[in-house]
Amino acid sequence: MENAKKLALHRKRKQFVEALFRSKMSLVGLAILVFFVLLAFVGPLLYDYDHQEYGAGEMLEPPSKAFLLGTDDLGRDVLGELIHGAKTSLIVGVLATLISMVIGTVVGISSGYFGGRIDAFLMRVTDAFLVLPWLPLMLVLAALLGSSLWNIVVVIGVTSWAGTARLARAQTLSVKERQFVERARSIGAGHVYIMRKKILPNVFPLIFSNTVLVSAVAILSETTLSFLGMGDVLRPSWGMMLHYAFEAGAVSVGAYWFFVPPGVCIILLVLGFAFLGHSFDEILNPALRRR
Amino acid sequence: MNSEYLLRKIFHSAITLFIVLIINYFLFRIMPGDPVSMIMRNPNANPSMLAQVKSLYGFDKPQLVQFAVYLRELVKGNFGMSFFYRQPVIDVIGSRLFATLVLAFAAEIVAIFLGILLGKIAAVRRGEPVDAAILGFSLVTYAMPTFWLGIVFIAFFCVHLGLFPTVGMYTSGVTFAGFADKAVDLAKHLFLPAVTLAVVIVGGYSMIMRSSLLDVLSEDYITTARAKGLSRRDVINRHAVPNARLPIITIIAINLGFMIAGALQVETVFSWPGIGRLMYEALKARDYPLLQGIFLIVSFCVILANFAADIMYGYLDPRIRY
Repeated sequence: MENAKKLALHRKRKQFVEALFRSKMSLVGLAILVFFVLLAFVGPLLYDYDHQEYGAGEMLEPPSKAFLLGTDDLGRDVLGELIHGAKTSLIVGVLATLISMVIGTVVGISSGYFGGRIDAFLMRVTDAFLVLPWLPLMLVLAALLGSSLWNIVVVIGVTSWAGTARLARAQTLSVKERQFVERARSIGAGHVYIMRKKILPNVFPLIFSNTVLVSAVAILSETTLSFLGMGDVLRPSWGMMLHYAFEAGAVSVGAYWFFVPPGVCIILLVLGFAFLGHSFDEILNPALRRR
Repeated sequence: MNSEYLLRKIFHSAITLFIVLIINYFLFRIMPGDPVSMIMRNPNANPSMLAQVKSLYGFDKPQLVQFAVYLRELVKGNFGMSFFYRQPVIDVIGSRLFATLVLAFAAEIVAIFLGILLGKIAAVRRGEPVDAAILGFSLVTYAMPTFWLGIVFIAFFCVHLGLFPTVGMYTSGVTFAGFADKAVDLAKHLFLPAVTLAVVIVGGYSMIMRSSLLDVLSEDYITTARAKGLSRRDVINRHAVPNARLPIITIIAINLGFMIAGALQVETVFSWPGIGRLMYEALKARDYPLLQGIFLIVSFCVILANFAADIMYGYLDPRIRY
């Protein structure tokens, strides 16, 4: 019995991986993400750059042999800043998404599982978070908490869980009527046990693909918050680079090398997450067949 | 439309509004640095003075009473005083409202028009390179930070080519000869911000229009129209498109949060004197009452728009019955 179960699981996993590799979209997404993860975590080891070293070159120097992407308003190497910024953007994106996933899953599963008044209450709160203008909400929260990397993570996390909660609830509703849940209940399993062991494993695949999509939004949010001055001053991120580029007037002197590269990196990274998320969705969610 | 549907929608909107009020009230009280502690930095302050100041501001009353007072004042239109402008918050916001409405309206019209057009092309030419190109455009604009697009546009069109003015709504320091002159100047300033905002939201609209049109095209009455011998153009333009446009209405409302986020960034980058730029300034100056007021008003607008969309959708599509 245990073995057969394991075998089935193994086969499922194999099918998933195969489907993933068949789809071009997921391969492109995966390649982009691998590239940026390497850039963020291996890049700083290979590429010498000190964020505190001002005036390594002239101010806003155009690209040259010494500085492949030119220098910023304080004479720092833009390429080095870009490589170091990748880490911040990735970390914020992933951690914020984790928070959002946990809140969304807990709210969604409890809502669907318990039903009744608990469901009504949780869903009203969820609806409110879906409707509320997310950027002003994030800005208000960030302004109150103060700008640090962790606060940004928390702010993005607690404002972006509503979609996940809706999804988890819908899936829970369809799972909870199935026999194995009934069976577990009849032998006296508790609510928490059933939700964790019986419902979560069935809800999780869908939540996971949704989570990859939330990461894309989280990275965009980090960029926007940083650009609007809510970022961590001590850590270079792509959003902070754009913030400084704008504040220092790089735009009006046409210093393209300062503000175009971070933007292009953001677009690519967000697209990478979006591609991967969509392919996960297509593989894991049979209801979603592309036209 | 039945009244139960209406009542439920009103109830839901009211709850959302209440949650906004709670966020607005309690969050701004949890934060450090309340007015009393600011006043009590005076070294000569003693406990009795503290109590006096507290009772003056009503801080000695229970939180619930304070919350009730807060609600009462909101209803009267008292949103507090801006720290920075030293004027009532409601007046500061009111003076900026027009600029935002102009920008949002212009962008929305461009986006709806282009969105329907692109969606139609993509649906009619499904699977062809044009379809793929439109999808690609939608994806890239979705992944693009709005403010960044604005920056790139400014650098290219304003700085490099010198085609448009970069800052504000009107050329400053100029007295206009007449209304026409003023309108031309406004149009020059409006063009680029409106296009930026439109580009960012048009991708979503075109995708919705595409899938909605594909849905409609597979319905029986389309087959009937074809069987009657109507031309392909007539079938699409007269029979399919009018029905396929319906979801755009809801999307406009649902997308309002997205639109507001976009407007906030576009206004900041282009120094457009609207609510979005005001919020950016309030953030920089840590002007909490103003921030709170903007958040409240913007949320209220979004809730209202969603409510209106629900009602309108129920009215336009008789199949909707909850």
